[in-house]
Amino acid sequence: MLEHVELFFKSIFIDNMVFAVFLGMCSYLAVSKKVATAVGLGAAVIFVLAVTVPMNWLLDKYLLQDGALVWLGPEYADYNLSFLSFILFIATIATMVQLVEIVVEKFSPSLYNSLGIFLPLIAVNCAILGGSLFMQAREIETLGLAFNYGVSSGIGWFLAILAIAAIREKIRYSNVPAPLRGLGITFIITGLMGIGFQSFGGMLTGGGDDAEEANEQVNQVLQPEVITPSEEEIVVEENKEIDEKVISYNDVNK
Amino acid sequence: MALLSKKDTNLITDPLADNNPITIQVLGICSALAITAELKASLVMAISVMFVLGAGNVVISLMRNIIPSKIRIIVQLIVVATLVIIVDQVLKAYAYELSKTLAVFVGLIITNCIIMGRFEAFALANGPWRSFLDGIGNSLGYGVILVIVGFFRELLGSGTLFGYPVLGDPIMKTGLYSTGYENNGFMIIPPAALIVVGIIIWVQRSRNPALVEEN
Repeated sequence: MLEHVELFFKSIFIDNMVFAVFLGMCSYLAVSKKVATAVGLGAAVIFVLAVTVPMNWLLDKYLLQDGALVWLGPEYADYNLSFLSFILFIATIATMVQLVEIVVEKFSPSLYNSLGIFLPLIAVNCAILGGSLFMQAREIETLGLAFNYGVSSGIGWFLAILAIAAIREKIRYSNVPAPLRGLGITFIITGLMGIGFQSFGGMLTGGGDDAEEANEQVNQVLQPEVITPSEEEIVVEENKEIDEKVISYNDVNK
Repeated sequence: MALLSKKDTNLITDPLADNNPITIQVLGICSALAITAELKASLVMAISVMFVLGAGNVVISLMRNIIPSKIRIIVQLIVVATLVIIVDQVLKAYAYELSKTLAVFVGLIITNCIIMGRFEAFALANGPWRSFLDGIGNSLGYGVILVIVGFFRELLGSGTLFGYPVLGDPIMKTGLYSTGYENNGFMIIPPAALIVVGIIIWVQRSRNPALVEEN
C-alpha cells in the first residue's frame, strides 16, 4: 500500500512529466492559452494514460520482456522480443485512442465537440508513449502499480498545463518585451516552474543516504555524470568504473 | 550548373533560421530539452532524427499515391516506428553508453512532432528527392538548436565539451578556475534548457521583427 502512495506522489511532483522529463511539450505550448481547453485536454490525457499504461504493461510482461513467452511453453524461454516494444506500444496507443474517441462521442458529445482535433492528436503526444516507455524502463512490478503510474503521471501533466494556462491568461495584460511575447515567455515561465518543482525532490525521501541514492537513480537519465559536491558520497560507488574524471574529483574532496 | 535549384536549396536553408522547426514551428520540443545536458548526446540525437526524417520522408513520398487517406496516420506511425527501432538497435550495438544516456528519448523520436508534421505537410504531396531535401533541411534546423543548447549547457555547466575539459581542471584549479570561476550547476538541471531556448527565441525574434507575435 505504501508503495502505491509513494509512486503516486513521486510521479506527480518529482518525476513530473512536463517539468522533469519534458514530455507532451508541443500540445502543452499550443493548448495553454485558455484554462478551459487546458482542463479538457488534461483530463483526456489522464484518461488515455490510465488506459494505455496498464495495457502496455500486460503486453510487456507476457510478450515483450526477456523470457516473457515462457507461458507458451518452456522452449520459448530464451525469446527476447523487446525490440518490438516501440511498434507494439504505439499500435496499442493508437487503437486505444480511437476507442476512447468512439466512447467519448457516444457518452458525452459535448466533451467530444469541445476537445475537437486534440483527442486524436493525443495518440502522438509524447506524454502517452513516454508514460509507457518509462513504465518499461523503470520495471514497474504489478498491474496495479502500472495503473497507478498512468493515472498519477497524467495528473502531473494536468497540473502543469493547468498552471501554465492560468499564468498565461494573467500575463496577457503584462508588459512582456515584444520578442518574448507568446512562445518565449512561456518557455521561461515553464523553466521557472520547473525550478520550483525541483524543490519537491526531498519530499518523499527526506534526506539521508538511501534517499540520495534513490534520487540519483531518478536523475541519471537527464543529468550527466558530473555532479555537485553534496552528492559525491553516494554516486562515487556507482560511477567509479564509468568516469575517471569523477573519480579524481571525489578522491580529492573526500 | 548548380547542384540544386534555388527552390531546392531553400528547402534546406529555410528551416535553419526563418522556418526553424523548434523556435518557429514549435515542433519537436520534448527531446530538444531533455537530452541537451551533454553536447555529444545532442549531436547523436540530431543525427538520429536526420536519419529517421530523411528516410521516412522518402518512404512516405514513394508510397503517397497508394496510402488510403483513412489509415494514413497508422501507416506513418508504422514507418516511423520501424526506422526508430533500427536507430535504437544500432545505437545499442555501437554506442552503448550513449544509448543509456539517451534512454527513453530515442523511442520518443516516434512521437516527435517534426517527423509526423513533415510527413503530413510535405512528403504526402511531393516527390521523393524534394521530400528528402525537406527532411534533411528540417532536421538540420532541429540539430542546430540542439547543438547550440547543448554547447552552452555543457560548457557553462560542466566546463567540458564532448567530455573533454576545456576551461581547465576544476580540482587542480588550473586554467579559468584559477581566477575563482566555478561551474554553473544550474545549467545541468532540466529547467535550464527551457530558459536557454527562451533566450534563443528572444534573440531570433529581436533580429527578425516579422516573427514577433501580435498581442
